[in-house]
Amino acid sequence: MTDSKYFTTTKKGEIFELKAELNSDKKEKKKEAVKKVIASMTVGKDVSALFPDVVNCMQTDNLELKKLVYLYLMNYAKSQPDMAIMAVNTFVKDCEDPNPLIRALAVRTMGCIRVDKITEYLCEPLRKCLKDEDPYVRKTAAVCVAKLHDINAQLVEDQGFLDTLKDLISDSNPMVVANAVAALSEIAESHPNSNLLDLNPQTINKLLTALNECTEWGQIFILDCLANYTPRDDRESQSICERVTPRLSHANSAVVLSAVKVLMKFMEMLPKDLDYYGTLLKKLAPPLVTLLSAEPELQYVALRNINLIVQKRPEILKHEMKVFFVKYNDPIYVKLEKLDIMIRLASQANIAQVLAELKEYATEVDVDFVRKAVRAIGRCAIKVEQSAERCVSTLLDLIQTKVNYVVQEAIVVIKDIFRKYPNKYESVIATLCENLDSLDEPEARAAMIWIVGEYAERIDNADELLESFLEGFHDESTQVQLQLLTAIVKLFLKKPTETQELVQQVLSLATQDSDNPDLRDRGYIYWRLLSTDPVAAKEVVLAEKPLISEETDLIEPTLLDELICHIGTLASVYHKPPSAFVEGSRGVQHKRLPARAGSGESAESPEVGQSGTSEAPPAVIPSQGDLLGDLLNLDLAPATTTVPSVQPSMQMGAMDLLGGGLDSLPGVSHRTEMQSPQPSSDYSERELGGDIGGSPSMGAALGAPAAMPAALSNAPAVGGGLGDLFDLGGGVGMPTGFYVAPKTLFLPAMKAKGLEISGTFARRGGIIQMDLSLTNKAMSVMTDFAIQFNRNSFGLAPAGPLQVLTPLTPNQTIDVSLPLGTTGPVMKMEPLNNLQVAVKNNIDVFYFSCQYPLSLLFVEDGKMERQVFLATWKDIPNDNEAQFQIKDVHLNSDAASNKLQGSNIFTIAKRTVDAQDMLYQSIKLTNGIWVLAEMRVQTGNPNYTLSIKCRAPEVSQFVYQCYELVLKN
Amino acid sequence: MIGGLFIYNHKGEVLISRVYRDDIGRNAVDAFRVNVIHARQQVRSPVTNIARTSFFHVKRSNIWLAAVTKQNVNAAMVFEFLYKMCDVMTAYFGKISEENIKNNFVLIYELLDEILDFGYPQNSETGALKTFITQQGIKSQHLTKEEQSQITSQVTGQIGWRREGIKYRRNELFLDVLESVNLLMSPQGQVLSAHVSGRVVMKSYLSGMPECKFGMNDKIVIDKQGKGGTTDDTGKSGKQSIAIDDCTFHQCVRLSKFDSERSISFIPPDGEYELMRYRTTKDIILPFRVIPLVREVGRTKLEVKVVIKSNFKPSLLAQKIEVRIPTPLNTSGVQVICMKGKAKYKASENAIVWKIKRMVGMKESQISAEIELLPTNDKKKWARPPISMNFEVPFAPSGLKVRYLKVFEPKLNYSDHDVIKWVRYIGRSGIYETRC
Repeated sequence: MTDSKYFTTTKKGEIFELKAELNSDKKEKKKEAVKKVIASMTVGKDVSALFPDVVNCMQTDNLELKKLVYLYLMNYAKSQPDMAIMAVNTFVKDCEDPNPLIRALAVRTMGCIRVDKITEYLCEPLRKCLKDEDPYVRKTAAVCVAKLHDINAQLVEDQGFLDTLKDLISDSNPMVVANAVAALSEIAESHPNSNLLDLNPQTINKLLTALNECTEWGQIFILDCLANYTPRDDRESQSICERVTPRLSHANSAVVLSAVKVLMKFMEMLPKDLDYYGTLLKKLAPPLVTLLSAEPELQYVALRNINLIVQKRPEILKHEMKVFFVKYNDPIYVKLEKLDIMIRLASQANIAQVLAELKEYATEVDVDFVRKAVRAIGRCAIKVEQSAERCVSTLLDLIQTKVNYVVQEAIVVIKDIFRKYPNKYESVIATLCENLDSLDEPEARAAMIWIVGEYAERIDNADELLESFLEGFHDESTQVQLQLLTAIVKLFLKKPTETQELVQQVLSLATQDSDNPDLRDRGYIYWRLLSTDPVAAKEVVLAEKPLISEETDLIEPTLLDELICHIGTLASVYHKPPSAFVEGSRGVQHKRLPARAGSGESAESPEVGQSGTSEAPPAVIPSQGDLLGDLLNLDLAPATTTVPSVQPSMQMGAMDLLGGGLDSLPGVSHRTEMQSPQPSSDYSERELGGDIGGSPSMGAALGAPAAMPAALSNAPAVGGGLGDLFDLGGGVGMPTGFYVAPKTLFLPAMKAKGLEISGTFARRGGIIQMDLSLTNKAMSVMTDFAIQFNRNSFGLAPAGPLQVLTPLTPNQTIDVSLPLGTTGPVMKMEPLNNLQVAVKNNIDVFYFSCQYPLSLLFVEDGKMERQVFLATWKDIPNDNEAQFQIKDVHLNSDAASNKLQGSNIFTIAKRTVDAQDMLYQSIKLTNGIWVLAEMRVQTGNPNYTLSIKCRAPEVSQFVYQCYELVLKN
Repeated sequence: MIGGLFIYNHKGEVLISRVYRDDIGRNAVDAFRVNVIHARQQVRSPVTNIARTSFFHVKRSNIWLAAVTKQNVNAAMVFEFLYKMCDVMTAYFGKISEENIKNNFVLIYELLDEILDFGYPQNSETGALKTFITQQGIKSQHLTKEEQSQITSQVTGQIGWRREGIKYRRNELFLDVLESVNLLMSPQGQVLSAHVSGRVVMKSYLSGMPECKFGMNDKIVIDKQGKGGTTDDTGKSGKQSIAIDDCTFHQCVRLSKFDSERSISFIPPDGEYELMRYRTTKDIILPFRVIPLVREVGRTKLEVKVVIKSNFKPSLLAQKIEVRIPTPLNTSGVQVICMKGKAKYKASENAIVWKIKRMVGMKESQISAEIELLPTNDKKKWARPPISMNFEVPFAPSGLKVRYLKVFEPKLNYSDHDVIKWVRYIGRSGIYETRC
């Protein structure tokens, strides 16, 4: 007898026939009929019309028939809720059956019938089954609680099933424990904040005991649950690890991966100097390698996970390169993943082997694989400097094969190599140019055009080459159009005489004939730049580009940490957080790695690091939240507020164009963005950091050329200049410049992960500048600098970005002048001239505070009319007058007055009474506050007396300090 | 967890469809058919995400098994489960084919109901399942209460893989050490990568609940004993010990005991099962060496000469030797001369297949071929796939030796000496390739 015949009955009137058969008296015939119904159901026919007839067959002692009827019920009960009630009695009765298999079957099936009325009846039998004497029934009932919760969560809570389920964790039977853990974990996922699983050392101990005894699947449930626990300290963490490691030898790969997940997570808490830490690292490698001899589908899952593990802890598999060599018969998905891991593991030690392999792969059949192999060669060149030359020659060999897609891929990576090692391999350009005609993919064309534009001065016929692309300009993709536009502008700036026509042609194509707003925008920006200020244009367009980073395609560290918590699951296969592919609330909580406990490691955890800095300079640093909040405004606001009308367009231009330029350099820009690691473990804070680092406009702003400060010479500065001239005419003598104090240490390297900042303030030609020296005392390159001030007494704020154009290499010092404006947000500080600064780089955000001399704020037009001075002096109440002694000044009154004028302290009048010179002076602050002073200088007496009157007497003290500073230096 | 499980034939028709979770609808069945089975391109991943629903699939001959979910499930577990599902089905009705599945669909539904509950895998050991899921499954009413609870305690018990009360007149066990040796060699004869993946398969026909202990020449164990024991002992066996990179065990083996003492102790399932898997990479005996020589004579002719050398004791005999020499796609004709065995050009496989039935150790044999090529204007070079080899040798290329397998059954009256034990070593080629 074969059952396959049931699949073939397609007669008309079948339903009626079945109906008759179902109601037959003969048991055999009934069973046959039910089988036919199930077969029809499987292939998608609607047999719901038979519902009452099938349910009638339920009352039977034939277990096989009963199971078939149950199967039918599970499928159709929802569509026939009223009739489904007919089945309830049988279920309730079956739950009392002496045979545990039948009891379990009933409770299992009932849970799958999603009809409200039935669930009500389910509660009592379920309660009994949860306490059944037979473990088989209990383990089934445990899962049933999860089913019921999925239908009606409130009911489960009201009926107290959750507590019963929790009790089952202490059950004597390991399989009951495992199922209870699975059910609880699932329910807990939809109640993120409930303390449902209540993991504590006692329950953990129970779970670890059950782990040794239950089925392979149960072990997975328990390990996955353990991974959600955060041990109290490193000792507990170690003891759990010790009890989990034996699982690494399990035949079931899922058990192994779940164990790896627990270990990877708990390892975070172990101090690195611990012997056990090293042992654990060593133990992890062999099972991971063994996973590669599993079936291909599992290999794929394993490889996706290994990809994460290698990024998190490269040391585990660094000696295992060979096992990732591709086998000829591997399925393509395994090949591609292996290739990825090979590149991650490539190092100076094994690069020769890797390259030989990659070259082999580049001759394979599968196009995607070959492309990836070629790209991999380029990535090796960028990653391992010593191999760059060999990689380039390998790529050239590959270009000689003339296989179209190989050539294109090679050109794309060679462009990256040029960016990494400028002025080193340009000799190959000739070879590249030979292949110009064979390029038909946008990415390759764009790369080639970039190369031609970038090295236009070395390519004799660059103009011809670019012109040839221009013919079909409108048929090109945006990427190529943008690149072509930039390349021709570069060419023009390098060889202006011959290429004027070309550049006009491309600009008109881009601005007049194109519908693409990005292209038009970029076209206009170039156009205006070229027509207003070719020198500035040169600085913008031909500015030195930041080097591209070594590691490519890295997963952003916060995401990586989250994915490590999801090892073995779909999230780790997709390399996406669960929220990206799971609907609803389930599993959307973000998991994170525990913080390390060891004190020696505090530098690794930014949270600790930050609290450390905030403790050191007491009381000056405001709450972190504030500063970070301010930092978010960093992008544009400070620049645009201070800069007059022409400026915004200029700056926006530079930004857009660089931003766009980066976008069109495929991969590279994204990779560099990905680079800015924010290895904080607090989620919300990282989001913030990510925003700052990831914002492309920021990156562009940083990369913008130094055109800004010059353009800043705005109205007040001009006024100041005239004032000076006038004074000169008055014959007072040459005023000395603004006194600039020597740089002092603002931020020691110890507190800022190797970044040392010292600096001073100056006022030059009406512009306030903060002169900074940034020194990299760390081992790695620093990039992506940005600066932001906290609100302060006089509204000081950066008027431009921090101009650190090139990455700061270790031990390098760079001097920058940061223009400051005074229109930022105001908040009174204590002391008044205190300034709190946040500096960001690719490593972290650092905070320090410093004090500026008030003379910074003395404006150039601070000379008062005599009458006004007299009136004001009288007007200000005497209470506001402050007297100071300036000691040990060896200057006569004229010299002093001259010196003070350099700092915008203007002498309005001078009176001589009894060999005593009285100097009347006025000062105006940026915020419009006037300060009046009377300085008495006695010939022969090195001590001056200074009386200061001001409507805001708080400033007097600081004005006095300025006098001291200026006169004594 | 797993939301549903579907089985399709090669045309994409559903043979089995079982839905466990409410979030999986009937349309999921069609989505997989349209996007994966009927997809134009070759499938690029065993995991596919279609409209926020993830599909895991494996293929057995031309049958597709697909597990479906909308949650962040343990992906490794899902695949392990699908493999297990295949094992269980094979154990019940043999080969997985459309015919067999249709013939046993009721049984399959019954199994799916038992081994997957709300998408959570439950006990899936065939030994245990066969006690209460039978093709004639009407036994239930005849069972006594004791028998019933015996079933349930086995299904849920600590030793879920073995039932109590097994009796054999003759206690017997068979151990097969099955190794597959993998090699990738450069044309110059340099070993690029080589490893042995081995399995110890046991067939046990033992009464009662026997406690077993398995010993092999594991370097770590031997070295440990060597320190404690006499130097004489290490002189005998120490040399032959092997370094095992990693091993995994059947769930019957007590892993914590292996972790602490490195001893392998267990109560075996009844019948055939895989006790352990292991992997070695050091001191592998490569049974054959392939020396290729490919010469391009002009644009339309290739000369290929391949020498194989057997590298083991002359008293041993290798069997089923097959060398596969790939030929370019534009081959028009091939002339082959070989001293031993038979060689044929198979145009459909683009290869010369050279078969030798038997070959003793320390011998060499040679084949030479002239390949005529059609002139093509295809610029792309021939990829030159590696020369692969198949064989079977009666020893373990890793050097693994079984030292003992002790059986204790305190309750029944048979001792270790009464058990008849058989040990066999088979080394097969895995992926054994030499680039040319």
